[in-house]
Amino acid sequence: MTEPLLCDLSVSGRRGIRYPAPDVPLSKLPEGLVREDLPMPELSEVDVVRHFTRLSKLNYCIDQGMYPLGSCTMKYNPKINEETARLPGFAGLHPLQPVETVQGALMMMYELQEMLKEIGGFAGITLQPAAGAQGELTGVLIIRAYHESRGDAKRTKILIPDSAHGTNPATSAMSGLDVVQLPSDARGNVDLEALKKHCDESLAGLMLTNPNTLGLFDENVIEVTRLVHQAGGLVYGDGANMNALLGIVRPGDLGIDVLHFNLHKTFSTPHGGGGPGSGPVGVAKHLVDFLPAPLVGILEEGDKDTPPLYGYATPAKTIGRVKSFQGQFGMFVRAYTYIRMYGPDGLRAISEYAVLNANYLLSRLRDAYHLPYDRVCMHEFVLEGMWADAPGVHALDIAKRMMDYGLHPPTNYFPLIVHEALMIEPTETESKQTLDAFAEVLLKIAEEAHSEPELLKSAPHITPVGRLDEVKAAKELVLCCGVDPFERELV
Amino acid sequence: MFIPHTVEEREAMLDAIGVERMEDLFDVVPAKYRFPKLNLPEALTDMEAMLEMRNIAAVNETTQDLICFLGAGAYNHYSPPAVDSILRRGEFYTAYTPYQPEISQGTLQAIFDYQSLITSLTDMDVSNASHYDGATAVAEAVSLAYANFRGKRTKVVLSPGLHPHYRQVVHTYNHGTPIQIVGENVDLQAGPEAFLPFVDQDTALVIVQYPDFFGRVYDFSSLANEVHAVGAMLAISVNPIALGLLTPPGQFGADIVVGEGQPLGIPLSYGGPYLGIFATKQEFVRKMAGRLVGETVDNRGQRAYVLTLTAREQHIRREKATSNICTNQGLIALASTVYMSLLGKQGLREVADLCYHKAHYAAKSIADLPGYSLWSKAPFFNEFAVRCPLPAAQINEHLLEHDILGGYDLGQAYPGMENDLLIAVTEMNSRDDIDLLVDVLAEVSHD
Repeated sequence: MTEPLLCDLSVSGRRGIRYPAPDVPLSKLPEGLVREDLPMPELSEVDVVRHFTRLSKLNYCIDQGMYPLGSCTMKYNPKINEETARLPGFAGLHPLQPVETVQGALMMMYELQEMLKEIGGFAGITLQPAAGAQGELTGVLIIRAYHESRGDAKRTKILIPDSAHGTNPATSAMSGLDVVQLPSDARGNVDLEALKKHCDESLAGLMLTNPNTLGLFDENVIEVTRLVHQAGGLVYGDGANMNALLGIVRPGDLGIDVLHFNLHKTFSTPHGGGGPGSGPVGVAKHLVDFLPAPLVGILEEGDKDTPPLYGYATPAKTIGRVKSFQGQFGMFVRAYTYIRMYGPDGLRAISEYAVLNANYLLSRLRDAYHLPYDRVCMHEFVLEGMWADAPGVHALDIAKRMMDYGLHPPTNYFPLIVHEALMIEPTETESKQTLDAFAEVLLKIAEEAHSEPELLKSAPHITPVGRLDEVKAAKELVLCCGVDPFERELV
Repeated sequence: MFIPHTVEEREAMLDAIGVERMEDLFDVVPAKYRFPKLNLPEALTDMEAMLEMRNIAAVNETTQDLICFLGAGAYNHYSPPAVDSILRRGEFYTAYTPYQPEISQGTLQAIFDYQSLITSLTDMDVSNASHYDGATAVAEAVSLAYANFRGKRTKVVLSPGLHPHYRQVVHTYNHGTPIQIVGENVDLQAGPEAFLPFVDQDTALVIVQYPDFFGRVYDFSSLANEVHAVGAMLAISVNPIALGLLTPPGQFGADIVVGEGQPLGIPLSYGGPYLGIFATKQEFVRKMAGRLVGETVDNRGQRAYVLTLTAREQHIRREKATSNICTNQGLIALASTVYMSLLGKQGLREVADLCYHKAHYAAKSIADLPGYSLWSKAPFFNEFAVRCPLPAAQINEHLLEHDILGGYDLGQAYPGMENDLLIAVTEMNSRDDIDLLVDVLAEVSHD
């Protein structure tokens, strides 16, 4: 491959757009503040479009095939969402317009809040957080503010199961809480005995991912939330795995006090190669006053002739603002479109088929790969990517070999509590045929691991680039095109 | 729809799993709460959904229907169609974070291009792959500075000229931490020298905005010198379009440059998704949060790109990471990269010049009206505050009757400024638009 960098494509004197000459008299430029040099590329529109089109062809994507990354919920991103989010009536709104001019947008946001409340079993929702990690931060700040408001300052301990996403401990540390890791029991549940030991007056809360990152629904979840509440703590739910629960069970009913949703996982907004996400947070009744400001509310009730007047409201004990303006609005439009298309029965079908797909795939693979926790899984499952009789073969090698068969590998080396983990989440949008083809490849690779391990260790072979020298990248730290790169001309 | 299974396939799959019915897969869920009846509107077909969304969108008045003079952190610019055309390639928008570099070189190299363009535009050494928005980028700058001094310096100076939302986010993030936030109450009319009394051995970071919330531009070189003289750091929050014309913050000596990247071809979209710019000097690269792409080679000897310094990040360091960020604004960073590539050296200067000259024409015309004056005499870029004869809210109502989306009512964020209107002008505003604004303002003052 090797596509040139923008700086290498630049040719002095080229341009990609023309602007009109100023139609106003020119003013004097600010003295001493005009830059002397603007080292940016010089390219035609053709150069630019071809560069990025060629780059795009080096990517794997969900439009091309299954993307079984565990805990990432790489489901198909409906094309209609891309149309609705780009309607001028949404994409052309300035965030600070008077509320009277954006009643459609506000109504949509209000209804999305209401729908997420209903789906999650919560009393209040903020749409503001930009991504799951920021939703977590928002949730943990709410937990802290709740204890603070009760004069309960000694509650600084937060419990996090060892199967949790890395963002959980990072978030808690950012919020100034002391992280204590909880072990899992032999069936993959939170270890109740260990939990009981920590249920004391210093307990701020527990961060629970349910189903957890093993893809297992905690069999004692009611007892877990009861114990935490009894000790005066609150339960945070990591909603990354909500794709298993739509219409199946509402986290709020299980005793979860706060939870973030990932619109870019559960509600089909695209991952964009690393964002934008969107991480709305739902809370139980006793936490509604602490939500970030502002929330969308009804300023004046409507009647049969006039719709209500929507606007903004500030909760009484708000933790403050976590993001500028109103959050990732374009993602709200997509998620709203998606929920409206599915309706209540459709949402339940999403989770049913996501769980069906995971269990079906597991049934096809369980004889060839070791399954560390043997239970009915939810929307994902974790296998071990190693065999005692194939020494030297690692999960990484399996992942890389999958690329030779045109597939995207699953998440590997996570969760940390499984050796050589392969974490597989097919989602509901994959057909039986796709799952069968995927299973065939993994079965073939399991054979190859024993018969021709070199094939795995040297993989991938047919991708645009081979395995990368990551040590060199970290050591030499070439992070941009160099000093004044765009001044160079093609020779 | 997006669930492909036929009934026969479903039955075959249940059979393979060894259960009879779909419901059997959920036996582990407490029966009392299992399968709640969700009170939600019934499903819409594809056509109905499209119509429903068009109807909702049609209720809104947009910046295409109105003449827009509203800025205050989000600006109405022209985005060449090629930007969205690239963005709509499924290869980009339906890909995940590039954790598997062998099949993600497109995303990785595009981020590397982005990092290169941002470092050139700001004149800094390194840029990360993005933060959520301008506000959270500022909050991350505070975390970087605090970590840099290992918690020994606890004072952070925030300019009142920093966007009110950004300051609010810094307060939210740092509530209950040892960090003390000062400086927000200095005289709004004062220049950068007003922050000097707050700069001492206990100061970790000073944060200013360029152009500031009121549109003003200052040379921050001497502030940078004073800040560095006591060993503290300086962060400058920028409008990237202004940097097409103005001295880049790296030349002032900024340690961190942050900013809202929305002006770089990103739709206004009622406030998001936008783009948090974050660039620093080389010496802080290992303390910077967020993803970074580095150049390397593959085992075939080809140049290639990979996420690097991941040991800083939450999925490796867990509770020892300085930030929890993972998903950022990848696709929006790509949009800004395509935008900057298309405009390039000449276009970026031209669009900045257009904004500058049109804004100055507007400011002079308004200042000539009886009852109106400019709030500041300081140089400005494309936004300026006007003292009005009436409350800004009242003026905006009148402007809206003429299909003009007026300025930002400064009284909303600055008590006592209820009669002050912050007006933004971009290349999208014609001379006729500006003349109409001036005419209506003249008319209002006669009411």
